[in-house]
Parts: sequence; C-alpha cells; structure tokens
Amino acid sequence: MTFLSVRDLVKHFPIKRGVFGKVSGQVRAVDGVSFDVAPGETLALVGESGCGKSTTGRAVLRLIEPTSGKVEFDGNDVLALGASDLRRLRRKMQIVFQDPFSSLNPRMSIGAIVREGLTIHNLAEGSAADARVKQLLEEVGLRPEYSSRYPHEFSGGQRQRVGIARALSVEPTFIVCDEPVSALDVSVQAQVVNLLQDLQRDRGLAYLFIAHDLSVVEHIADRVAVMYLGHIVEMADVDALYTTPIMPYTQALLSAVPAPDPGVKRERILLTGDVPSPANPPSGCVFHPRCQHPARDASCAVIIPPLEEKAPGHWAACIKQPPTTVSWESQKSVGGTNPPDFFLPRAALHRSIDTTSAH
Amino acid sequence: MTSPLLELDNLHTFFYTDTGVARAVDGVSFHVGAGETVGVVGESGCGKSVTALSILRLIRAPGRVEQGSAIRFEGKDLLGLSEREMQRIRGNRIAMVFQEPMTALNPVFTVGDQIAEVARIHANMSKKDAAVKAVEMLRLVGIPAPEQRATEYPHQLSGGMRQRVVIAMALVMNPALVIADEPTTALDVTIQAQILELLADLTKRLGTSILLITHDLGVVAENCSRVIVMYAGEVVEEAATVDLFARAHHPYTEGLLGAMPRVGGTAERLATIPGTVPPPTNWPDGCRFRERCMYAWERCATEHPPLYQIGGGHTSRCHLAVEPERRAHPHTPIAAAIGASAA
Amino acid sequence: MASAPPSIRVPASSVRQRLRSDSRFWIGLSTLGIIILIALFARFLAPYDPNAQLDISSLHSQAPSLAHPMGTDTFSRDVLSRLIYGAQISLTISLAAVAIAMTFGTLVGAVAGYLGGVIDAILMRLVDAASSIPTLLLLIVVIALWDEIGVVFLTLLIAGVAWFTVSRLVRAETLAVRDADFIVAARALGMPSWRILARHVLPNVVGPAIVAATLAIGNVILLEAGLSYLGIGVRPPTASWGSIIQEGAERVSDLWWLTLFPGLAILVTVFACNALGDALRDALDPRQLLASLGDETVQHTR
Repeated sequence: MTFLSVRDLVKHFPIKRGVFGKVSGQVRAVDGVSFDVAPGETLALVGESGCGKSTTGRAVLRLIEPTSGKVEFDGNDVLALGASDLRRLRRKMQIVFQDPFSSLNPRMSIGAIVREGLTIHNLAEGSAADARVKQLLEEVGLRPEYSSRYPHEFSGGQRQRVGIARALSVEPTFIVCDEPVSALDVSVQAQVVNLLQDLQRDRGLAYLFIAHDLSVVEHIADRVAVMYLGHIVEMADVDALYTTPIMPYTQALLSAVPAPDPGVKRERILLTGDVPSPANPPSGCVFHPRCQHPARDASCAVIIPPLEEKAPGHWAACIKQPPTTVSWESQKSVGGTNPPDFFLPRAALHRSIDTTSAH
Repeated sequence: MTSPLLELDNLHTFFYTDTGVARAVDGVSFHVGAGETVGVVGESGCGKSVTALSILRLIRAPGRVEQGSAIRFEGKDLLGLSEREMQRIRGNRIAMVFQEPMTALNPVFTVGDQIAEVARIHANMSKKDAAVKAVEMLRLVGIPAPEQRATEYPHQLSGGMRQRVVIAMALVMNPALVIADEPTTALDVTIQAQILELLADLTKRLGTSILLITHDLGVVAENCSRVIVMYAGEVVEEAATVDLFARAHHPYTEGLLGAMPRVGGTAERLATIPGTVPPPTNWPDGCRFRERCMYAWERCATEHPPLYQIGGGHTSRCHLAVEPERRAHPHTPIAAAIGASAA
Repeated sequence: MASAPPSIRVPASSVRQRLRSDSRFWIGLSTLGIIILIALFARFLAPYDPNAQLDISSLHSQAPSLAHPMGTDTFSRDVLSRLIYGAQISLTISLAAVAIAMTFGTLVGAVAGYLGGVIDAILMRLVDAASSIPTLLLLIVVIALWDEIGVVFLTLLIAGVAWFTVSRLVRAETLAVRDADFIVAARALGMPSWRILARHVLPNVVGPAIVAATLAIGNVILLEAGLSYLGIGVRPPTASWGSIIQEGAERVSDLWWLTLFPGLAILVTVFACNALGDALRDALDPRQLLASLGDETVQHTR
C-alpha cells in the first residue's frame, strides 16, 4: 500500500466578475497532477511562480478543497473523509510554511503555539505538555527558556524553527514543506535545511518539499517533480533529473541557475517570453509555445501529453520524446509533421563544461 | 591612474532609534570604476542596502549619514551638494533599480508615462519627444510591441516585464552608474537569467557601471568583475571575483560559500555558520565575526581588525592575514559552544 | 550575552513600549482617569447636593465666585456640583453603551468574516439595513414615543445604533486575518472553527475595534449631550452635561457660565478620548513595527 498517492488532482479557482459575482472563467491552478510518495522519502515539487506547486501541497492536505481527483494517505481516502475523521488524520500530515512572519500568531507565545497541537488532540496536559513543548523546542535547536517569548522577538530562521516544532508536536509521518527556506538568508537556510534532514532521519518523516531554488532541492530531495502551469512535466530521481533532464523546460530551468563559481560557464537556454496566465493556458501541451524541441509541431498544440516513463524511474510529459504511448499515427491525424525524436542537448547540463565536481 | 567613477570613503550611516543608535554602515570604503560591474554581497543586517540608499542620499530620519563620510562621484562629494543638485543627479547620472518592481512603479500611471517623466525632468524634453523616447527605451530592454506596452499600466505586465520597465527608466538618461539593489530576487529563476543577461548586455554597450547588491553568490560569480563582502556594517573582504571564489580569505566568506547548496555539489550536510548577526545597536568589540568564527583567538577579542592587504587587490578584515598559521587550528566557534540559539 | 533572543534587525518595540513613549497616551489616559475618578467620588467632591435649590431668592443666577466657582443656575443650584454629578451620568451611559456595542459588534463581525458565505451575507445585509436608518431620527422617534425613558434604556438604545460600525470594522480585519498562514496552520492541526475564532482570530482583530471604541466614547458623550440638549435624553432635574447646557441655552449671553463649563467638560473628555484612541491606533499599526533601518528585512520572497 502506498503511503501517499495522488491521482489526477485538479483545482480550479473561479474568476468572479460583476456585481453578482458571475463566474467568467477559471484559474486552472492545478490541472491533473499525479504522484506517489513513499514513507521516509523526500519528493520535491519545483517550478516557478504560478505553476501550482503551493496549491498542490495544500490540496493534498485538504486545506484547499480540490475540484476533483483522489488523494490516498495511509489507506484513507482523504477527500472523502468526514470532519472528525479528517481531524484525526491531520495529526499524521502537517505543513511548514514559507513566510516566517505570517505563519505564527503574533499574539501567542511560542510555547503556546507549539502546545496547541498537544491540547487539541489530547496528547498531553499540564506539566507533561510543558515538558513536551520544551523537548520539541530543543529538538529544533531553540532554547526552551524562550517558550514564553513572542514571535516578533525572534529572527526569521528561529520563527521557522518554531513552525517546524509546531508541526512536529502532533507526531506526523508526512510533512508538506511549502518553500520553507525561500525567505531566509543563505547561512540560515543551511541551518534549517540541515535540521529538516536530521528530523527526517531521526523520525522517519516523508516530505513533499515545495521549492523554486534548484540548488536546495538537489541537496535535500530523493525524487523531483517539475511543474509548469498546473501540470507535472517531468519526474525522476534527483540524480537523473539533474544530469539528464529530458524536458526542454527542465533544461532551461537548470541552465538558468547561477553557479557560484566563476569558472563554470553555463550555456544558457533562454526561454523567450513570459509564462502564460493559468487562467488562459495554451491548448494541448501547455509548454508548446515556448518549446525548443526539434520535433515540435502542430500536434503539440492539440494533444495533451500524458506523463510517461521515458527511462526507468524517469517520467516526462512529451509526445515527441520516445518512448511514447501516443502513436505517431494519432499525432499525424491532428496535423503532426515531425515524428517523435530523442532530444537531449548537452549544452543544458550543468556538469558538461565544468569538470571539477566529482559526482 | 584615473580616479574612479564612484568612491566611498569611510561612510558611516547611523539610525537613532529609541532602542539605541544602530550603526548600520560603520566605516565602509570602496570604489567603482568606469564600465565596471561590482557586486556587494551580504546577508540581512549587513548594511548593503543602507549603503546604496546613502549614496543617493535617500536616508531619512531617524537615519543620518555621519560627518567624516565622503561619497565622491565623478570627483564631486555628493554629501556636500544641495538637495536641488542631488535631484539633478538622481535618475540622471546615477540611477537605482530596486528589488520589487511592483512598488517601484506608480500603479496609476502608464509605464510609458513613467519612463517619459524621467526624460522630461532631466532632459527637458517635450511631451511628444519624451513619449517617443519611452517607446525606444522599451524596445531597448527587449519588450515586444513597445508602442502598445507603453500605454499599459504596471499591473497589466508580468514581474519580469515590470523589472525591464524599471531598468528602462534607470537607463533613459544614460547614467554613468546604476545601483541595482537585489534586482532579480523577486523574480523566477528563468526570468532572472533574462534580466541579468539584459543588464550585462546593455551596460557593455552603453559603458555603464553597475553596483550590484545581492545576497546570491551565484549571481555575483556570473556578472561581477569584483566583489565586496559586507558583514555587520563593514566591508570584510574585497577581491576580483575569480580570486574570491578560488581563494576566499575571510572566515565569513568561507562560511557563505560552504553554506550554499550548489547544483552538482557533493556535500552531505551544508556547512553552517553558527550563531546570528549581532544587533547593529551593539556591535561587539574586536572582530565582529569573532563569536561565529572557527579560527578566532585572543587577539580577535581585543583588536578590531583593519582591512589587510592580501595582494593583487584582495583585502580582508581578518587577523589571519598577519597570523596565517592560526588557520591550521580550527575550533568550535564560541556561538556553537555555548549553545546559543540557532539563527 | 544579551538576555533577549537575538534578532536580525533592531528589535521592534512592543505595543506596550510604544504606547508608553507616546505622550498622547498619557495625556488621554490621565485626563480620562481624572474625570472617571471625579465621577466615582462625586459624593465626596461635590460641595453641594446637585439638585438642592440653595436659596431661590438670593442665590440664583450668580456668576462664578469663591463660594460657587462655576456659579449657580436659575434654580440656585451649584453648577460645579451638577457638573461633577453630571460626569457620573454622562460617563456611565457612554462607557456602558460602547462596551455593549463593542462586544456585540465584534462577535458579529468576526463570525461573519470568518465563516463567510451565507452567514456573512445575511448578517451584513442586516447590518446594512439597520445602519441606513438615520441615528438621530431613530432616537428622537423612539424617545418621543416612550415619553420618559430611563438611563438604562437610553444606554441600550445608543449601543444599538453604535454596534454597526464596529462589526464592519471587525469583519474587514477578520477577512484580512483569515488567510494568514497561522490560521491555515491551525486548521492543519485539526483545530475546530470555534477555537480558531476564539484563540487566533479575535485577539488579532480586536485592535481596531478597541481604537474605534475609544473614539466612540467621545462620540457617545456628544450624542448624549445633544439628546439632553434637545430635551429628550436625560430629563431635568437630573444633571448631565447636556441637560445643564439645555437649561442655560436660552441665556447664553448673560448666564454664560451655564453653557461654558459643561461645554468645556465635554471638550476635554472628547479630546482625551481622541488622544487615547490615536495613540492606541498608532501603537497597534503593524506598519510601524518594521524598524526604520532601510530595507534590511529578510525579503527574499516572491
């Protein structure tokens, strides 16, 4: 039985116009996302702003009601649970937020914040609860004496640790980390990333790690899924994704990361134009207007590519990248002129020119 | 030797708050030559943004640039100029690009109007000429269909486009120096790449100097010829980019480089710098990095290190420059030893 | 090593600290405090009984003198004493009315804002409808219909028209707070809605309501004074500041002390309330929390 299984998750936000709030369109934030997470593993969800990764994370926890789809967690059908069952299940799946400044109630002491989970689920009372809170604060690297202080007295990194302690208080097995280090300085980022890794090892936690910083992701993730405009376009083990990315979008993303090494000259794959609005995504493959695959043609604008296994454990959503289940015949019938073609421009690989990193 | 375009000499900018005097910039000196792109790197609280604002004299009460500071631009001391003269320099000879394009642009005016305004103020252009110039600038920064875009409002443009507009506004008068304060931090990484390419290309063509302020060492590595590292209101290291990455001297720089996860890196655990930045109202005596440093010894507690010359334009504010043998004896930094709460 | 946990930027003053350093807070608080104390100890402070007609033949309409620092009125009652006892009435009505309005308004606004949907729509339409009735007119009509209303009813009536603004204010704040991450975190922990409202939403939305309430005290005093002046609030012979003015209204030019002193009393009280309210509002303003150190906040977010 898979630990976490997401199938065809969809979330559309209605756009309301006019006095009566007439629905004039939909923002297709998440448009059919499927993935699995095994116990104790870290699946990273990467993409740029507007790709739907944050919405996916919250929808999986049912903090946002999905429009459709199926989420199975630890044998439970999350989307079909009643309120009290859901509340019980919430203990096992938690979330850590991006913004250290809005994720803590400014009017509660950090001790009270961490303690709430214990009270709600009747895990500890009175002095036992106090002891537990102190234990948790220590575990995340904060001094327990500070439990009576208020959030505004702490730095961003410390507040983030409080948020992690809060999530841990109910003993979860799965945590959605929604850009937990994006708002922190580099040296503080490193501390929090190390903490998350230690906690994972000590407690056997699984993470859905949502981020846009590809360097952090490579460091912490076991598998990576790349999102674009509400779809997963590529998913693979972290090594495979970073050494042999298949999708042009992934390649462009990797080539855009500035390397902290003046010796590495990365050949940039510059994408032209801007990301289209999720309220009006392109037809067929959502990436096709900006795609540089040599076999791109009219069929790309019509057929929505399924996420297929192109190499063992390496999935990509592209009808032009073999192997593909979308036959050449069906592509031709909607105007395809180029048969599927294996495409892997060496220039996009970060390790191609710089030979110093031994990986 | 030709005098540099911009020269900061012993800049001090203090903030007089009711919790004390915050010495945000505490004796910073560096220079930027003509056509150079210089990076200023540091984390929050190091004073890099305040330095940028001080150059353009945009610091307001309770902040103040202190006596004894000098900011020489094209030979003139900016601190001695009247407000009127300063206004003629801002946007004209020195331009600034901010981090958040949405707040840098006025939401109630079209982007064309905002670019044109710069031309009208400084070049005294007529409305018509300025509008033409605005379209020209939009084309220069790579915005497609510039005539149409010039009539649009900031909210109708994407983040990347808005930043291009801000850059267009900065370059209208062909300034000698552009100060870019985290210009791409708020943008997606693919857009960031586009914007940095644009800046590099334009400045090469126009010969503009850039003072690029950022926290991202990767951005610095790819775009700057020289790097200045700031910590606790001071310059702690300065070097040519290649030198800094190959032979970082100051333990803080070392720590920063170690703490960065990099694509293709092999580190199991990221190296961290224990402890936190001290509060600017209370800089410690001696070396300000001492409690977080793994090489610190007694001298570091009593003697505030000057900027030592290491050779080849490389300076470092660290006593290791004169006692390099200490580097062989790293130890647990004080901050980690006393179990100070993590950052 | 500093005793407070280290922070990246200059530590922001907490609300209390900011209040303490704001002179308006002290001026407002002390003035209001003095007035409240005067009202509480009226029995010991007033030289005469407020309703006692001391000597109708020789002591009426006396200008201020040593014996009667604020003069006497046409019924030879000591104005100072009436003023002191009047403080009791005026303050009781306004403080009670505001307290009731605030409690009720906050609850309605928070529930409507947090739950949203149908409940919000119904509640807000009710508020809209009720608040569209002109206050003064309503009060006049009600009071005219029930000739003699007690202080209690008057208080309830005033509270009844004041709670709308509070509920709208609180609802707006609630809408802003509702999507904050810490609320989502509370839901993620499995917290029931009522608990989220009580522990997380209310403490964070009550700020503007308190400010509004403080300012409202002044308004209600004016309202009560106005009603009494019109003869429909507090009726004679009971002394309230408005009724004293009402009695002296026709003789403003020669019996000037009858309108001046109660007028001053109202002025000072309203001023104190406004000062206090302004200080509270500025102290609670989150924008002022960012230390004025340029832009050294950690803003690497999208």
